[in-house]
Order: sequence, then structure tokens, then C-alpha cells
Amino acid sequence: MSGDLLVDQPRTLTTKHDRSDVPFRLGTRSASFVVLGIMSLAGVFLLLQGGQALGADGPKFLTTQAWDPNSGVFGIAAVLLGTIFVALTAIVIAVPLATGTALYISEYAPRQIRQTLITLVDLMAAVPSVVYGLWGLFLLQPGIQNVSPGIVDVSQFLATWFGWIPIFHVDGFDPSDPLTTKTIFTASTFVAGIVVAMMVAPIICSIMREVFTQAPLGEREGALALGATRWGMIRSVVLPFGRAGMIGGTMLGLGRALGETIAVYLIISPIFTIQPHILQSGANSISALIALRYSEASPFEISALMAAGLALFIMTLIVNFGASIIISRSRSGASSD
Amino acid sequence: MTTTIAPPPSPAPPQELGEGELVEVRRSTGAIRRSDTFGILGSAIAAVSLSAWLMTQLLIFQGILPFIGFAYVFFVLFYGIVTRFDESGMAVRDRLVAVLVHSLAILLFIALGAVVIFTFVKGYSAFWHLNFFTADMSAAGPLDPLTDGGILHAIAGTLIMITMALAISIPLGLATAVYLSEFPGRYARLVRTVVEAMTALPSIVAGLFIYATVILTLGVPRSGFAASLAITVMMLPIIIRSSDVVLRLVPAGLKEASQALGSNRWRTVWNVTLPTARSGLTTAIILGTARGIGETSPVLLTAGLTSFFNFNPFSGPMVSLPLATFSFVKSPEPNYIARGFGSAAVLMLLVLVLFIIARLIGGRGPGVLTAGQLRRRLQQSRQDDYRIRARELGMFATTPQSVRPRRRRTPGGDS
Repeated sequence: MSGDLLVDQPRTLTTKHDRSDVPFRLGTRSASFVVLGIMSLAGVFLLLQGGQALGADGPKFLTTQAWDPNSGVFGIAAVLLGTIFVALTAIVIAVPLATGTALYISEYAPRQIRQTLITLVDLMAAVPSVVYGLWGLFLLQPGIQNVSPGIVDVSQFLATWFGWIPIFHVDGFDPSDPLTTKTIFTASTFVAGIVVAMMVAPIICSIMREVFTQAPLGEREGALALGATRWGMIRSVVLPFGRAGMIGGTMLGLGRALGETIAVYLIISPIFTIQPHILQSGANSISALIALRYSEASPFEISALMAAGLALFIMTLIVNFGASIIISRSRSGASSD
Repeated sequence: MTTTIAPPPSPAPPQELGEGELVEVRRSTGAIRRSDTFGILGSAIAAVSLSAWLMTQLLIFQGILPFIGFAYVFFVLFYGIVTRFDESGMAVRDRLVAVLVHSLAILLFIALGAVVIFTFVKGYSAFWHLNFFTADMSAAGPLDPLTDGGILHAIAGTLIMITMALAISIPLGLATAVYLSEFPGRYARLVRTVVEAMTALPSIVAGLFIYATVILTLGVPRSGFAASLAITVMMLPIIIRSSDVVLRLVPAGLKEASQALGSNRWRTVWNVTLPTARSGLTTAIILGTARGIGETSPVLLTAGLTSFFNFNPFSGPMVSLPLATFSFVKSPEPNYIARGFGSAAVLMLLVLVLFIIARLIGGRGPGVLTAGQLRRRLQQSRQDDYRIRARELGMFATTPQSVRPRRRRTPGGDS
């Protein structure tokens, strides 16, 4: 009971490095330093360069729709909202397709073709975006090349029957006028959204499929043994298990959709007003703006483009980090990346 | 299709074999009944007929796409009703969801197939001519036929750019990934976070960054070198991130075993970690490459545009395949458009080849060996075994003349 009670003290553990490990540690550490340098240089440079234009423009940068930096009137209100409209259209189209396909591959497909389908989807996720852009440019838009399978007809159908919903409204379109031209439906947010949807659907699908197949076999069999139909099993086991993966995959797809340049650039006809009517010709996005304007830009306009790029980067950053947090906190994401 | 209260198909009677041995015959659990097939077929026929009648007789809608849409809606409706005749509501919901899932999957695969097939069909006319692969566009004007000019300059440009980008990003990326997994700590966490953040960098912003720094500030002209820098900035985080994941999958037991045998960190990484993760690392690099090859926007900003063959990445503009595609199809000339689709097809083939290589190498998990690797490893350990035993027996360590498939126990071990 006296003072010499033996108390376990945590030992301080020291690692003694082998002498030949020193250059190894140094080498890899300096490589990581270079990488960190490049990465933060990109971020800092973006911030500094963009800051110049931001400082000159102030809060007007977020509210101005026009883009004319050389006369001092510029802002990203139109392009930022345009980017979001295109990305949201793409996500609304891509997510049901991707969910259905992922469920098909993981739950319904015959075992013999399952691996082939997985490979196909992964391969489509690696197809360059310019290929999707070509497809959109020539397949979806009539008038050019005269191949018209009728996506514009879908636009017209939506505008005719659902024109009372504000986003489907098209200015200057009168359903009762048979001579109305279809060109008011081309080069729209909707068409760009479909193309971007085709681009991101394989990415989303591949993540969802990964998560769905991880749903524990015991719980699946338990549901079936309790008399659930296949859909009942999916609804009570697979979907709750994969919910976080579905959200995470969707957000990763959204991140890609926000940053997509070429497919959008090829399709839209750029305008600099906020265009909430997604079926109507004319749309814009930040990346398309950069691709459009960088070459004949004055140093100040470059800085303004940098600021726009910064806004885009911040947006994708938030979306991506949100996705990885959701995925890593979920039950299904615990074992995967 | 589903498991409902269907009467089970009467199982085949177990067959009697010679000495009364019962052999169970595997029962098919699929159980698609005849009424299921009839239900689907009947609903499909009814749906097509009704929509055809609506289109041709009542003229409610026109065009092939609305026809398909209406027919689909009718099919779902009829199929639900037909199923409801002899199933419960739960089973009907199950059937309808199955129809929905199947049709969504078919729709996506048709759309994706259309992307690929369309590109190849449209590029076929350009693809057909050999000069498409052996000439550049310097001698071909806008109106020249497809027998003049080609995309050799773009193919060469792509290969040069991606080689330079890989020459920078593979050593840097792998070393960083090794550092992240071997020396965890606060600094490593910072690097990992920054790298993860940079995977979100839109490619056009990466291009803009290089354009503003290297080209505008440092005064390097637009060239293949600047483009490969832009591709590197984009590829590096992707490669680091996936290599980091792969390296973390290497079993800790393997590394600890190596260190317990007295090797230091460097030998452990070189002899255990990296070989174990080799297939995964290769996949990471190849998929990063596929992404880098296909990017148009960074190259658009940094490489300039040329129709000439340029082998020097440090001076003069250079074109890559996606950029060539992009600039070809912006022209109204049909021949240019055909060339654009041809280059897109070549680009897709390139990505496909990379992807197949990645699949072949990366299909295995960490530490899983190919047959050849297994054989070599077996051979190696037999030789080691032979050497050690020979030394124990006091003989000279010589390489074995022949490695016997199965050695007898030598008594030296436990006496």
C-alpha cells in the first residue's frame, strides 16, 4: 500500500532505421514533396491568378451574367448555373439507367454473361469523352448530316405536353403551329445532358454494381428464406446495404459531369444569360467557356477564366469529398476504397 | 423468373445405380413456367398492336420513338394485368420491377453500343485507306479525297505525349504511393488529402494551369512538352490514389515476415511489397494512361494545332488523337468528318488495347501468381532447399543437375 506500487508505464517505442533505409526514406519523401509541390502550386496558382480578377470584380462575379472581362463586366452567374443544369440533367438521366443496369448485372443477369457485362461497363467508363461528344453531335442533332433518330422529337413532345412546367418551357414554340421549326430544340442543355449522361452512366453503374455485389449472402438468403420475392430481397437487403454506395457513386458521377468539357463544348451553342429552359437551344458551362475563350484572352481575361475555373474546381471538390465521406462512413464502403 | 408459390416441377426420380447407390439429380431452380412465357409474349403482342393502331388509325402520335415509348407503357400495363390474374400483388410488383430493371439495362447497353458502333461505322470510310495511318495532313487540303492525308501525326503525337507524361508520373507517382503506405504520419496524411482533392481537378482547369504557368509565364511555346505536363498534372493524382489503395491491400503478414527475417524497409518494399502488388500497380498505371490518352481539353489548351508531322516535343505544335478528332469534326467537309471519326475509332482501339492489357495483368488480386510465376517460384525454392540440405550434409553447395519432382526425406534433419 505504499508508494512503490508497480504501475505499468507506457513505453516509448522508438524505431531505429537501418542505415540503408535513409536514402529510401529520403527518396520517396522527396518524391512526395515534389507531388505535393505540383499539386499545391496548381491550387495556389489558381487561387492567386483567379484572386486578381475576383478582387477587381468583387461579389458581382457571382451575380453578373455577361462575360466581357476586358470592359470589366463579367461574372459566372450564367455559366455556373449552366454547368449545374447540364450536370443535373445528366444525373437525372444517368442514375436510373445506372441503377437498373447495376441491379441487372448483380441480381438478374445469367451467371455466364455477368463477367462480360462487368467488363463492358468498365470499358465504357474508359472511353474518351470526345467519342461521346461525337455521338451526341451527329446522332442526337438533326440538320447536321440528316441523321435524326428523334431525340429532338422527344424534346418537342416534352415541350408540347409538359410546357407548363417551367423548365420544359420553350420560348417561341407553339405546338399548334405545324410549321414550327425544330432547330429551337437543338444545341440545348437537354441534348448536352443526354450526352454527358451516357458518359457518366458507366462510371456510376460500375461503382453501384461493386457495392450491390458486396451485399452479404447470408442476409440475402435470409430474406429469400422468409418468403421474399426477388424484388423484396433487393428492397430489404441489397438497396439498404448499398445506399451509401449509390449516393457516393452518383456524386462521383456528378463531379465528372460538372467538369466535362469537350462533349458539352461540341454540342451547345454558347449563350451568356441564365437559361433555365433546358429544352431550348443555347446553354453554357464553365469548362466550355474556358475552352472557348482562352486562346484570344488578354492577361486579365486569363485571370478571370482562372477564377471561373476555381469556382468549378471548388464545386467538384465539395462534391468529391462529400462522395468519399459518404462512401467511407457506410457499411458497404468500409472494406472498399 | 421469380420464386413465388409456383408448384415445384416434379423432381426427376433419383436413379438407381448398381449397388443401390442413390445419385441425386440436380434440380433446376429457374422454374420458368409456360404461363410466364405466354404472359410476356401476349402482353408484348397486344402492346405493339394497340400502339400501331393508335399511330396508324387514330394518328395520336407519329414517329418511331413515341411508338416505342407507347408500346413499352402498354406492355408494362398489360403484363401487370395478365400477371394479376393468377398471382398475388407482391408477385406482380416483383415481375414489374424485373421488367423495369431488364429494360433499363438493355437501354443502357444499346446506347453504349450505339456510341461504339456509330463511331466505327462513320469512321470506316477513312479507316479503309492505308494512307490514313501512314501520312499526315500537310499535303491534304479540305476538299481532297480520303486517299490523301492521314493521322500519322496525331498517332505519333499521342504516343510521344503519353510517353513523356508517363516518364514523369510513373516514378513520381509510385514513389509517392510507396511513401504514403510505408511512412504514415501527419505529413503523409496531408499529401494523401491534397492528392485526393486533386483527383477532382477538372481536366480543363489542369490545362489552364499549365497554359498560364508554363506557356504564358515561362514563355515555353505551345508544344507536346507542355501538353504532356498538363496530362501529367491530371494523371498523377489518379495514379497515386489507385496505387495507394493497391499497396494498402498487400497483406501486413507478408511485410512483417520479411522484416522478421531481418531485411530492412527498403528490401521489404523492393522484394515483397512491390512484387506482391505488381498486377494492381500495373492496372493503376494503365487505367491512368487510358484516361490521359483520351483527354482532349488539356491538350487543346497547351499543344497547339498542326497538320504536320512533328517529332520534336519541345518545339512546334503537336496534335494528339482526341484533339485531331475534335478539330476534324468541327469542319463541315464530309471527308474531314470521316477522318474525325476514323481518329476516334483509332483512339478507342488504343484504349481498348490498354484496357485488355490491364485486365490480363490486373485480373488477379495482390499476391496471386500466374502459372509461370508459380512454376518459377517452385523451382527457386527447390533449389534453395537442395542447397541448404547439401550444406547440412557437409557437401559443397552445387546447383542440382536435375530437380526431382518429389524428394525422399533425408535423414539429416532430425538426427
